[in-house]
This record gives sequence, C-alpha cells and structure tokens, in this order.
Amino acid sequence: MAVTRESVGDPNSFRARGLLARDLLRGDLEGLELERLVEQSILTTTLEKAVDWARSNSLFPATFGLACCAIEMMSIVAARVDVARFGFEAFRASPRQADLLILSGRVSIKMAPVVRRIYDQMLEPKWAIAMGACSSSMGIFNNYAIVPADKFMPVDVHVPGCPPRPEALMHGILKLRKMIQDDPDLSWRERYGAVGTEEVIEAPAGSAGA
Amino acid sequence: MSTRADYRRMEDSITLAPLEEQVAAQRGGPTAELLTLNIGPHHPATHGVLRLLVTLEGEVVRDIKPIIGYVHTGIEKTAEDKAYWKVIPVVERMDYLSYYFNAMAFCGAVETLLECEVPKRAQYLRVIHLELNRIMSHLVWLGTSALDLGAMSMFWYCFREREMILDLFEQSSGQRMHTRYFQVGGVIEDIPLGFEAKLREFIAIMPTRVDQYNDLLKRNEILLQRLRNTCTLDEESLLGLGVTGPLLRAAGNPWDLRKAAPYSSYEDFQFKIPVGTVGDNYDRYAVRVAEMKESVKIVEQALDGLPEGPHITADRKIALPPRHELATSMEALIHHFKLVTEGFRVPPGEVYYPIESPRGELGCFVRSDGSAKPARVHMRDPSFVNLQATAAMTRGSYIADLIATLAMLDPILGGIDR
Repeated sequence: MAVTRESVGDPNSFRARGLLARDLLRGDLEGLELERLVEQSILTTTLEKAVDWARSNSLFPATFGLACCAIEMMSIVAARVDVARFGFEAFRASPRQADLLILSGRVSIKMAPVVRRIYDQMLEPKWAIAMGACSSSMGIFNNYAIVPADKFMPVDVHVPGCPPRPEALMHGILKLRKMIQDDPDLSWRERYGAVGTEEVIEAPAGSAGA
Repeated sequence: MSTRADYRRMEDSITLAPLEEQVAAQRGGPTAELLTLNIGPHHPATHGVLRLLVTLEGEVVRDIKPIIGYVHTGIEKTAEDKAYWKVIPVVERMDYLSYYFNAMAFCGAVETLLECEVPKRAQYLRVIHLELNRIMSHLVWLGTSALDLGAMSMFWYCFREREMILDLFEQSSGQRMHTRYFQVGGVIEDIPLGFEAKLREFIAIMPTRVDQYNDLLKRNEILLQRLRNTCTLDEESLLGLGVTGPLLRAAGNPWDLRKAAPYSSYEDFQFKIPVGTVGDNYDRYAVRVAEMKESVKIVEQALDGLPEGPHITADRKIALPPRHELATSMEALIHHFKLVTEGFRVPPGEVYYPIESPRGELGCFVRSDGSAKPARVHMRDPSFVNLQATAAMTRGSYIADLIATLAMLDPILGGIDR
C-alpha cells in the first residue's frame, strides 16, 4: 500500500512535509492546501535587500599592509579566526578589484597621498576600515610624522587596539557587514555629505591634450 | 599655490631618464633598450611599503634603487620626549616582527649606562622570549615568502604555529604583539602558572613542524628552481655592505652576536650557528629554517635551567616596588611616585648595545645627558643595512628572481624607516 499524507498522520512531521512537496511537484496539490504551502515555503524580500545581503557577504579587501597591524590582518585569514566564514578572504592585490581598504598600520605623511590614490582607484561602492590606533588617532606616536586616516579619506569603521587582536578586526568587519546590510548610500560622497568636493584638475595652459 | 597643486607638480616632475642614461653609460649601449619600472610602495611582493625603481633590459635587472620612508614614524625623535621607561613601547614598534629584540636592545643599553645588574632569572626569561620571538619572526617570514614563491599552504601552517607562540606571549604579558614585557632591570612580571606546561608542549611540537616545512619545501622542484644559485653574493661583498644575520651566515660566515659577544646569559646555552655554503637564495632559506630548530633548543635549555630568584632588579631607584609594599612602606610609596612621575635618571654618557635580531645586528645607541629622558636614541636596524645589498644581489638576474630575493632578504619596513 502506498504511503500517503493521510496515512502518515501528523501533518508537520518531516515525512508528511516531504510528501507534500512531492505532491506539489507532481501537480497534485490544489486549492487551499496549495496556497498554504506556497505561503509557508516562499521567502519574500526586496531586490535591494537581497543585493545588500549578497554585497555584504562578499567583500574583497585590498592586499595592503602598512605596519604592525598588517601582520594581524594577515592572521585573520589564517586558521584560527578564518575570515573566509564570512566571505572576506579573497584579498585582491589590485585596488581596481577590491572594495574594502583596510588601513592596517601607521600612515606617514609620505604615504598619505599614496593611500588616498589607492582609495580613489577602487570602484564604488567601496568601504574603508581604519585598523589600529595609528590610523585612527595617531596612536602612541602622536608626532609630526603620522596622519590620522580621517584627515584625507572617509573611514567607515575604526578598530581600536595597538595592534587590534584578529578578533577585534573581525568584529569591525562584521560591524561593516551590518552597516552594508542596512542599505547605506553606496557612494562615499553621499554617505558622508561630501558631494561637490570632487577635485577637478585643469589642464595647464598651452597643453595640447584633451 | 595650494599644496595639492604643489604635490601634482612634484609628481609630474619625476623623470626616470637620468637613471636609464646612467646605466646605459656604464654599459656603453643605447638607452632605448632600457625600461625603468616602478614597483611599490603598494605592491604585495615588497613586504610592506618598499618602493623600488628597477631599470630593466628585457627581463634582466640592470639597476635597482630602493626608495624608503613610507612608514617613517619619527620614533627616534619621539623617544627623546619620553622618560626612559616610557620609551620601551615606542621602540618596540620599530621592527614590528621582533618587538622583544627592540626592547632588549634599548633596555640593555640603558642598563649598561646605569651599571644595573639584571638578575639571572630575568636574563633566562628574556632568552626564552627572545628565542620564541625569533621563531615567530621566521615563521611570518617563511609563510609570506613561500606565498611569494607560490606555495600557498605554507602560509597557513606557519601562522598556525605563530598562534601557539602568541598565546604564550599573551599568557606572560597580556598582549600578543608589542608586549612591553622587558623592563629596565629585568622583566615586568614572572611567568604565570601554566606557562611552563604550555611552553613544553610547544617545544615538543615545533621541531617536528619544522621538519614538515622542510618536507614540503626542501625537495620542491619549483622552489629549488627559483632559489638555487639565484642572486648569489659572496661573503666579502656582504661584509663590505655591512650585511649581518642570516644573509651573511648563508654565505658561510658564522658571525652571530649570541656567540661572538654573548649578552643576557647566552654563553650558558649549547646551540649551533647554521651556515650556508654558496650564499644563494636557497642558503638564505635553509639557514633561517635551521635557526628555528636551534632556537627551540635554546628555549628548552633556558626553561630547564631557569634559576629561582627575583625577576627584576631590587634597585628601587630603577624598578617599581612590588604593589603590596605600597600599603606598608612610606619609602616604597616615595619610590613609586618618583618613578611614575619623573622616571629614573641615568648618568651622562653614551653606549652602543648590539644584539642578534632575527635579521642581523640590531644595535641601540643611547646618549644620556643625566636627565630622566634620553638625549638621543638611535637604532642600527639590520633591515636598513641589509637592504643595501639588494642591488648588488640582483644586478644581472631576472626580475622574477628579484621578487624571490626580496622575500629571502626579509626586510621589515617599520625597522627601516622607523
């Protein structure tokens, strides 16, 4: 005798639900029963939310180490805190392919224009984490040579510590993930009210280039 | 004009033609054959923010100019503004992979000026941490250099063992990196309960792990092809350039300050100095891997022979009194207050204190004017001096070998730029 849903008894049991799905695929299900099943088994969301979810779980950080923090940044990829669990493990050597810049260490005056250029080369939407005390507040040095990252580029998350433990950086990354899931403005200029601050380089007089 | 426009103009004014002309004049050929390529400061193979101007003829490196200063932090200047004991955390952050060594060089220099005797137990504890740090530094080097050569999995194995060492550091000092464990006169705290058991576990495991690395790499054809007989430099040229550490030992010179001029009780331990024969990249690799095993031996001997006694000097003018004394002793309270507010004064004079860091001779020069702050702190960082050898090593070899050489050179930019 064939097993039917009636013969299984409890309609919420695993077996009964399996049979229900089979009936649906066969086309045997109709009416109220079909409607109830569809209501139960389909998740509705907006396209934006789905995109945000996907975007937040697949950030590609740039391979960019500055100082001490870079070593701890490398160790989040290693076995203990394995950032691959959240989809952040694909470090990209080219800023063009990256969408997260982790400022891991002290930014000197000589380095700041370079960092800014790397950030400008990244494609929107892009995000930045200032890792460690130096890139957030000049840290223990606090002298002529260091520039805090906020002075020359927008930073989304600051991770304190000198250097922060890998777990702390992970926490910062998860904060950023939450931020992206909450649907912020994708352009950093809109996010931080900097529309209209674009730098326009005028060609020097007499130059032939267009 | 605005600084921004100044910056643009400066950047536009950079021309590489003179570099090429110079090389062409030396070789007597036309400049059209040459190409000057900029590598860095943001490049994954430069191990930090090193910038190289490489003049190439086809794929062959004809000249190379390293440009440094991208992580200049002003540490030496900052040290002049701080009391001696507050300088320790600042100098620790110079060469950020060998923080115990930076602290050791500075503390050793100040102790020499103070003529302060460090208790035997403190010296042994220092040796344990220094050698663990050496292994840790070599592990990071091995993981990242193997990555440069295409051996991805080495990175995970090396960082697995690195975590074991960092757990030990965390246990003894509360921090993973930049621990500030070494003090002038000893170490800040004795090792806690359970440290020894964990260290013994590490000592038992580490040599087998080093063998595993060797199994993976030593007979790997790709690695051998890329390292064997590439970028060889003889002992004499290395000495002429002031190169020390594993790079010099790879060329066959057994110069190691732990043997040549023992400090912190290194004369008590039995260990060998691994040396190479040819001085090529393979020797540089093999010497460092062999050093890890020797370091484990030193740690084991230091742990077995760890003497009882105080972990820091009893001189209350230099070291803080124990916490419990503050409640009962007026004198202790005064010393505590004096040390925390002003710090200790150091008699006038100057000293150079060299030690053997994972990268070579790390020397600390301290000049005192009799006040509580140093008049000058200067570090002779091995990475900085060793970097000079890049051009001599790589001239005439392929650009791919340049990347391998840079990996085997193990420069730490934090130490170079300070």
